[in-house]
Amino acid sequence: MDAFTALAEPTRRSILEMLSANGNLAATDIYKKFRASPPAISQHLKVLREAKLVHVEKRAQQRIYYINPEPMKELEKWIHQFAANTEKQFTALDALLEREKAKLQNNKEKKNG
Amino acid sequence: MANKTTITAEPNKQELFIIREFEAPRELVFRAYTEADLYEQWVGPDDLTMTVEKMDAFDGGSYRFLHERDGHVYAFHGVYHEVLAPERIIGTFEFDGLPETGHVIMGTTKFEDLGGGRSRIVHQSVFQSVSDRDGMIQSGMERGVTQGYDKLDNMLARLQEPNTASA
Repeated sequence: MDAFTALAEPTRRSILEMLSANGNLAATDIYKKFRASPPAISQHLKVLREAKLVHVEKRAQQRIYYINPEPMKELEKWIHQFAANTEKQFTALDALLEREKAKLQNNKEKKNG
Repeated sequence: MANKTTITAEPNKQELFIIREFEAPRELVFRAYTEADLYEQWVGPDDLTMTVEKMDAFDGGSYRFLHERDGHVYAFHGVYHEVLAPERIIGTFEFDGLPETGHVIMGTTKFEDLGGGRSRIVHQSVFQSVSDRDGMIQSGMERGVTQGYDKLDNMLARLQEPNTASA
């Protein structure tokens, strides 16, 4: 699952927000923060791992979750490309505005001349 | 030289901001947003044929425009909640080509006077969900990649030829 789809789910976004606020969290601490059952939360953690939004380290009996900054950059990349497309459209608008300004100027000169 | 577009889309939020300055008074930019024959000249990718089917830019009016490529037609429509010349347009936007209807975006565009014949638009889109917003950003990306930058160069050259528009 790609980062976008993984991020579309509110529980997974909450998990990411917790991790970014705390740096890292044990799986058991993440479970405690939700009303949903630990197996349900565990499924969400699995999706986040597969999307490489988080990674896990085993420490003694605990599984510690960390946030991965890299996939977040993917989102930025998409926004960047979206911006490039929007920019194209506005460049066309710039050209249109220049043409319209020239028309207005011509009309004015005709009136005065 | 050219003015730069600022796009803000914070992770996990349902909104998107677009900010851009123009070397033209806001009255003129406002017209480019509300007059069909002007709107057709700048909205949409250059490899699509853009047709404004309806554009009743007044409070309670509606609009519908079509993008056509290789026989495929993509329609967009919405209603104007408020059209206050030359300051503000508030309205809805919906792409008819989605698998299901009901994914409506609310848009507010403000036109600011910067003096000296310059102006700035500040646009906010509010989506019904984060995935609606991110999906739209993602589809915009794919379109851009297939279109390629060589096409962009051609388009810019064509647009800059003096007075090729129907004057």
